[in-house]
Amino acid sequence: MITEIGQFALVLALLVALVQASVPLYGARHGNAPLMALARPAAQAQFALVLIAFLALMYAFATSDFSVFVVAENSHSTMPLIYKLAGVWGNHEGSMVLWVLILTLFGAGVASFGGNLPPALQARVLAVQAMIGAGFLAFILLTSDPLARVLPPPADGRGLNPLLQDPGLASHPPMLYLGYVGFSMAFSFAVAALIEGRVDAAWARWVRPWTLAAWCALTLGIAMGSWWAYYTLGWGGFWFWDPVENASFMPWLAGTALLHSAIVVEKRDALKSWTILLAILTFSLSLVGTFLVRSGVLTSVHAFATDPRRGVFILLLLAVAIGGSLALYAVRAPALQPGGLFAPLSREAALLLNNLLLASAAATVLIGTLYPLFLDAVGGPKISVGAPYFNLTFGPLMTPLLVVVVVGPFLAWKRADLAGALQRLWAAAVAALAGALVTLYLHSGGPLLAVLGMGLAAWLVVGAGTELAERLRLLRAPWPEVWQRARRLPRASYGMTLAHAGLGITLAGIIAMTSWKVEHIQIMRPGETVDLAGYSVRLERVEPARGPNYEGQRAVFTVTRGSRFVATLFPAKRNFPVAGQDTTETAIHTLGIADIYAVLGDGDGKGGWTVRLYYNPLAPFIWFGGVIMVLGGLVSLSDRRYRIGAPARRPLPAGPAGLANAPGD
Amino acid sequence: MGRRLLFILPGLVFLALVAAFYAGLGRDPALVPSALIGKPVPHFALPALLDGGAGLQTADLKGRVALVNVFASWCVPCRAEHPFLMRLAKEGVELDAINYKDKPEDARLWLGTLGDPYKRIGADREGTVALDWGVYGVPETFVIDREGTIRYKQVGPLSPDDINDTILPLVRQLSK
Repeated sequence: MITEIGQFALVLALLVALVQASVPLYGARHGNAPLMALARPAAQAQFALVLIAFLALMYAFATSDFSVFVVAENSHSTMPLIYKLAGVWGNHEGSMVLWVLILTLFGAGVASFGGNLPPALQARVLAVQAMIGAGFLAFILLTSDPLARVLPPPADGRGLNPLLQDPGLASHPPMLYLGYVGFSMAFSFAVAALIEGRVDAAWARWVRPWTLAAWCALTLGIAMGSWWAYYTLGWGGFWFWDPVENASFMPWLAGTALLHSAIVVEKRDALKSWTILLAILTFSLSLVGTFLVRSGVLTSVHAFATDPRRGVFILLLLAVAIGGSLALYAVRAPALQPGGLFAPLSREAALLLNNLLLASAAATVLIGTLYPLFLDAVGGPKISVGAPYFNLTFGPLMTPLLVVVVVGPFLAWKRADLAGALQRLWAAAVAALAGALVTLYLHSGGPLLAVLGMGLAAWLVVGAGTELAERLRLLRAPWPEVWQRARRLPRASYGMTLAHAGLGITLAGIIAMTSWKVEHIQIMRPGETVDLAGYSVRLERVEPARGPNYEGQRAVFTVTRGSRFVATLFPAKRNFPVAGQDTTETAIHTLGIADIYAVLGDGDGKGGWTVRLYYNPLAPFIWFGGVIMVLGGLVSLSDRRYRIGAPARRPLPAGPAGLANAPGD
Repeated sequence: MGRRLLFILPGLVFLALVAAFYAGLGRDPALVPSALIGKPVPHFALPALLDGGAGLQTADLKGRVALVNVFASWCVPCRAEHPFLMRLAKEGVELDAINYKDKPEDARLWLGTLGDPYKRIGADREGTVALDWGVYGVPETFVIDREGTIRYKQVGPLSPDDINDTILPLVRQLSK
């Protein structure tokens, strides 16, 4: 019964979306206020209906109702409740519902909290949002019905992939989706602006918080995914450049560019059509990412892994959404008023350089991800593009970007003085040099590029700090004045400092871990000891370990340094009989500045066990830096100017391109 | 005009992308050399798909030259090659099959409507046996010699040319 209510709610949601996608648009064109106002309750109703369907599905999973096909295929009665619930999005159908749920959540957010938006813009934004919603609701109902029944119901379900039975992964897809779908807001705003034919500072100020929120969620999602890969897969790595990871990384790169170019629109009224294009591209990459790569539609070359109708439908949907918006862009963008001019050496130029480098990086990843597909489409040989390609192309693009990240904030808007900026950066430069030299000393003989990378990381962190100190006139003004400045400084400035410093911390972690990791792979017998980067790791014993839906073995390692006890590690191997799958549980002891990482392999039948032991220097920094970046985004999001709303827009026949709001901080 | 072109460019690039994707959908893939050529058939045993029919296991593929077709009811190219398989069966060639990641009722419906060219059909619901065979999509067709060694693998649908020029000559040669 509840299942049928959910299904009915989905159908109703589609109908509401169709109304919301058309009527307000007509109202906005003809200045009909009641028709425009319809968008708001419609968006709220659409969210409520999808929520009902989602809860119905969740209920079916929680109660193990195996007469629902998706539940029978992806759940099992012996699974812990938390994974039954996570099973809702551990499959194609359920994850689609979650996707649309988040989409409508954002729509309802604009409807409920977008009171300061001009009614016509709000109506158009919600209409565009509803078009996306209608497309995907139709996709769900026609090709991937999550609430379809199976009769007669099987006695028990087939279980969730054991690899997915992990708290990190259970919470990781919703986070990623929050990011992907969040960019739909930027997309809807961009398309609405194209329909309206107007982009100004006020527009950018409305778009930025949504983009920022999506960016935070995506950053966290990517960090969680990489953390999951690090501790579950047991290969000692944290990023593998596989299509699924690239799918989340491309929108991140484009979204980061968008975040920065929107600043230029907001502060200087320039780079408008570029920003619109970026907004469209960012969401397009999210769509391509989620649907073409994640759902496995195009990875399988002969036929779709599941259902050919899905693939064709998705392709059609993407063609309409992306193609339509790009066509609109081609027609309307040239008419956008070009904005403020700037010198080749200015804050704008630095942000533009940032955009070019980030966009190139996103294009590089896109090419690397899709190239095998294209080569196949034109009849070429089958190849796979692996880490060497990405390492080779990504580094050279990122290095100049990381240098500019620090310099940019020191440059003035419009026309800047590079010499002056560099003068104020001496502290960061000294720190970078010191960082490189210290690294060289500690790891004499280490790869030169890695040493330079550590210097770059120090440059980023100290540079971000220097910028903040400059603003506060730290150590140069009397303390009361510094305190005054610290209080008056907008939160967005603190956010930027945090985000840029976080980037440096992550970079340090990545470089240290890839360059100086210590690895031992060998067969060990109980009682044997291995020396791992100054720590003694002793295999005490291997014992059987059993859980609610698995059985397996567990090893006990004691880690000591000299005579001092450090930790006990319990890496394990598990076998899930229902799914017929094995998993390895890594054991990680973090020392703060490094991780000791142990994986239990197979036994050799003669009392020995294959074990893999790693010492990963600075590994925790990778995720710590990511969290700092997210924190920076959140602090920036809490900035006063987003809470008090945007300034009034200029009247429609725009005067000379100027600045509607107060000049930059 | 040059400036105008700049704004149209993103749309054009996207069009090219869609065209390539679409081409990728319907295409019959280039041959991938299989790592299993020259290796013995993996150890496996699959239950029968049809009630009263025969399942498929390693022992079935020894002592004669065997053809194993991997198919699924949801696979479009499989439908394309199906009539040729029917013709082969009519000509007296013995065909075995692995039904890949399929719902049994769908597969039965498929065989009921299009005809059943197979002698034995193993149902591989999870696709785990196909994984051992190195199958990464459907359809695929394997030629196995008397010793149970995989001699050839056709990736993608069989055409009459493939059957007449490659599969049947190989079967004849191996049967000598």
